[in-house]
Amino acid sequence: MNDSHYCPHTPEEIAEMLSVIGVSGVEDLFAPIPAALRATTFNLPSGMSEFETHGRMQAIAGENSQGMINFIGGGFYDHLIPSVVDHLSGRSEFYTAYTPYQPECSQGTLQALFEYQTAICRLTGLDVSNASLYDGGTACAEAAMMALRITGRNKIVLDGCVSPFSRQVLKTYLFNLDVEIVEIAPQSGLLDRAGLAGVLDDSVAAVLVQNPNFFGSIEDFSVLADQVHGVGALLIGSVYPIALGMLKSPGEIGIDIAVGDGQSLGNPLSFGGPSFGFIAATKKYIRNMPGRIVGETVDRNGKRGYVLTLQAREQHIKRHKATSNICSNQGLCALRGLIFLSSVGKAGLADLARLNRDKAEYAKAQLAGIPGVSVLQSAVTFNEFTLVLPKKADQVVTALLEKGIAAGVPLGQYYAGSENALVVTVTEKRTKKEIDLFVRELEAALCN
Amino acid sequence: MSMYFTKEHEWVKVEGNLGTVGISDHAAHELGDITFVELPKIGAVVKQFGVLGSIESVKAASDIFAPLSGNVVKVNDALELAPEAVNESAEGAGWMAQIEIANESELKNLMNQEQYNDYLKTL
Amino acid sequence: MQLIYEQSVPGRRGVKLPASDVPAAPALPTPLLRKEAAGLAEVSELDLVRHFTNLSRRNFSVDTNFYPLGSCTMKYNAKVLENSAALFATFHPMTALLPGGVDFCQGTLGMLHDLGLLLAEITGMDEVTTQPLAGAHGEMTGIMLIAAYHAAKGNRAKKKYVVVPDSSHGTNPASAAIAGYEIITVPTAPYGDMDLELFKKAMTDEVAAVMMTCPNTLGLFNPHIKEISDIAHSHDALMYYDGANLNAIMGKVKPGDVGFDVIHVNLHKTFGTPHGGGGPGSGPVGVKKALIPFLPQPRIVKDAAGILQLETTNPGTIGRTANFFGNFGVMAKAYAYIIMLGGKGLIRVSEQAVLNANYIKERLKPYYDLPYDMTCMHECVFSASKQLAHGVHAIDIAKFLIDRGYHPPTVYFPMIVKEAIMIEPTETESKATMDAFIEVMIEAAKTAESNPQALLDAPLTMPISRLDETKAAREQNVCCAW
Repeated sequence: MNDSHYCPHTPEEIAEMLSVIGVSGVEDLFAPIPAALRATTFNLPSGMSEFETHGRMQAIAGENSQGMINFIGGGFYDHLIPSVVDHLSGRSEFYTAYTPYQPECSQGTLQALFEYQTAICRLTGLDVSNASLYDGGTACAEAAMMALRITGRNKIVLDGCVSPFSRQVLKTYLFNLDVEIVEIAPQSGLLDRAGLAGVLDDSVAAVLVQNPNFFGSIEDFSVLADQVHGVGALLIGSVYPIALGMLKSPGEIGIDIAVGDGQSLGNPLSFGGPSFGFIAATKKYIRNMPGRIVGETVDRNGKRGYVLTLQAREQHIKRHKATSNICSNQGLCALRGLIFLSSVGKAGLADLARLNRDKAEYAKAQLAGIPGVSVLQSAVTFNEFTLVLPKKADQVVTALLEKGIAAGVPLGQYYAGSENALVVTVTEKRTKKEIDLFVRELEAALCN
Repeated sequence: MSMYFTKEHEWVKVEGNLGTVGISDHAAHELGDITFVELPKIGAVVKQFGVLGSIESVKAASDIFAPLSGNVVKVNDALELAPEAVNESAEGAGWMAQIEIANESELKNLMNQEQYNDYLKTL
Repeated sequence: MQLIYEQSVPGRRGVKLPASDVPAAPALPTPLLRKEAAGLAEVSELDLVRHFTNLSRRNFSVDTNFYPLGSCTMKYNAKVLENSAALFATFHPMTALLPGGVDFCQGTLGMLHDLGLLLAEITGMDEVTTQPLAGAHGEMTGIMLIAAYHAAKGNRAKKKYVVVPDSSHGTNPASAAIAGYEIITVPTAPYGDMDLELFKKAMTDEVAAVMMTCPNTLGLFNPHIKEISDIAHSHDALMYYDGANLNAIMGKVKPGDVGFDVIHVNLHKTFGTPHGGGGPGSGPVGVKKALIPFLPQPRIVKDAAGILQLETTNPGTIGRTANFFGNFGVMAKAYAYIIMLGGKGLIRVSEQAVLNANYIKERLKPYYDLPYDMTCMHECVFSASKQLAHGVHAIDIAKFLIDRGYHPPTVYFPMIVKEAIMIEPTETESKATMDAFIEVMIEAAKTAESNPQALLDAPLTMPISRLDETKAAREQNVCCAW
């Protein structure tokens, strides 16, 4: 009868417990549920051993095509993950704990999150970070809501070059609030600065930009930051953390709130999650931050330790007036991010960024050499760039998938009139051999 | 000069047409160590029993309500850096804002010191 | 312990990167570059391994300690689930969004679709979206679906309120606020559930939804739940089920059968996926038919040929709530858990979870005040009011437990119980473990009378003693100074 080793009681133990409670059977404990409301069916599979279960999961994984060579990004990136990330985040003292409500027996998680917050602050050049959000898209939405609170205004301006996914998530979040969203259509893969200037006034709470943007373009937003601040609005920048090994930091640009997706920092692709969202801001906005924040303090003997702090911002205290509804975050993924960044290290992140750009520049030059193919030549790029093909990108991408190559993200479904544009991503994991193969296969696909 | 109280534990000291506002010793004690006081902006127009600001301790957050309607003419900036002043002297140095009283007749909706003391006994 | 940054030595590295096999690209223009490299740690691999291994040893966790944290369902997390989730590590989510890409992702899309069907059966709903990334994210998604439902009927402006009991999780009102609603809070009656008479008074045609946790945060199943949903429906208000406490009722009652229209499920609670020190969770949302037109997109559907497709053209959708398909890795673990336990296994989970909670409740009742003394479901809520007479608070009992190697129960929640101690043992704990815990709880109650100072001084066996939370909140040192 005891067919589940996850419920350990013997029949004797169950009988003993029932007698302590003073009922004759387990079913008696469900008496508070009115009989008329009880479930009459429960059509689930019959259960199996862990070995059969894993076999079934292997079969499911086997139904996806294996070994696809990824030249796709769009928010999730195929990066190297040092072995230590799996091993250390896989310590079950980390992954089977929960939110560190009791600091004395949770210093491991708390100190790690403090170190994580420090890494995010140093990466972004900003003063304060929280202990993680869900993902890059929801981080954009949380940053926008933060700006609405700070400024007391109700208009958000979106650069159309921001990831369409993040823009959609932001719109879903803000749909039921009294907020006007103005989108500036891209101009050759760059922010339309004149268009933005036309809508920038003192009714704007924040402008959201992305760097590098969805087209792969890198822009200098320093001047924009001054313009945005000039009307009393905030500049929110969505950034790609690997690129920050090289690019000017949000703090140096004058960005007030930096957000992004932390997947590229030691989290596997895993069909889209879990990853984590990060958010960092200048110190004066700390009380408007969403989610958990870890702070340093001392114990009764003056010894340094860490606690969850500024909790009065949060839903469990402030309920409907909280800065966000977030409770569980993506703590373990943030820990992976910290271990990744600490393993790669200060010089290593710069090297990694350079490696990404070198590979991408090589691929860009080779691909641009294919007759009829050109590069959307408007800006410098990091590890993603936009190609303009002589035919519809959709057809080419479908054809190359059959060859085991995910050739890039066709822009047509996200930007009308861009049917021939293809965003190609090249991370450090792509070898010259793979890039050369991609060039040959693309050329062949274009001839067909 | 006399002091009046609300059921939400704010006090107001009336001097001429000015009312100085804070939270009572009782409220400060209940909240515990105050970590943050959100003050209104000078020039803000508040209504009696409308939200004037907010106050936070480690484990709690609550709104501060205006005991009287009026115009905020002065705020206690010192609380931004030293919110502990509310714990040390809630009905003195821990004052929060000064209001130019719009309608003195609203005082009838408040309790005097004696009534407030009796009210505390009922809680 | 030193911070990782305090162990840094300039030039030291933790990992070697592959050499480049392509020519170096010319540098970017200087104005685009950062002035100096980000100040990350510079440590060797061994330094790094020791640091994080030693940090991990400063945590209590389910694998090392009994962790009866109420409302969080800290059950044992089967190891095979970790192996299974790792099988999917290399699949890029964007592949499925490419033209023709779904053909290459039938395994992962199929698993999400199947998980939706299993959760629909468990909860009595008609369709499930797996996009929400955590419980609160599911709540927000669910309330937005309800807002879209009312908007489609032309009632968005009229329907202004969401009703919650005062025992609800803080995320309920916070999530409803993002969906644009004002909150009406209904007090709990002496019988431990939302006061039915006050609820009736609160209900008008302006109410959009009623959010209930059932069993509630006192661990009690509301016997009036059908009546409550009938009243709500008579005002065209929809019923929202907070799935935080689903571990109590699997196979016993289906929320969809008792009038709930929308539910979120916390996979990291009920379905055995690890809590990760605060996340990642996963919060799939189930709905009744009337709400299907508003589900988030892309929506995973099976076509006539049995091929899984992504539907992105539904005009009624609330849009996208997350960048891709949800926390897939977490869902792979939950899926494996469900098919491994099967229907009978899940029923047994709920039975033993409820048995364990009632056993602890009965054994501790003589020593702690039990404000709502009745049969509980998966958790029981005591008050430290007896101990308060000796100057001992719930938090002091919690700290005493830490010294004895137990992660404390949830304290000070639900807020409606003064000095609350909320104990959720879960089904995976043995009687021996619970008996030992009960003895320590009894010892704490006795010590509160004989030597209260001992409780006030705890914990003494941890690397640190009680921390000054006021100092942390006032000084706001949230990042290591240079």
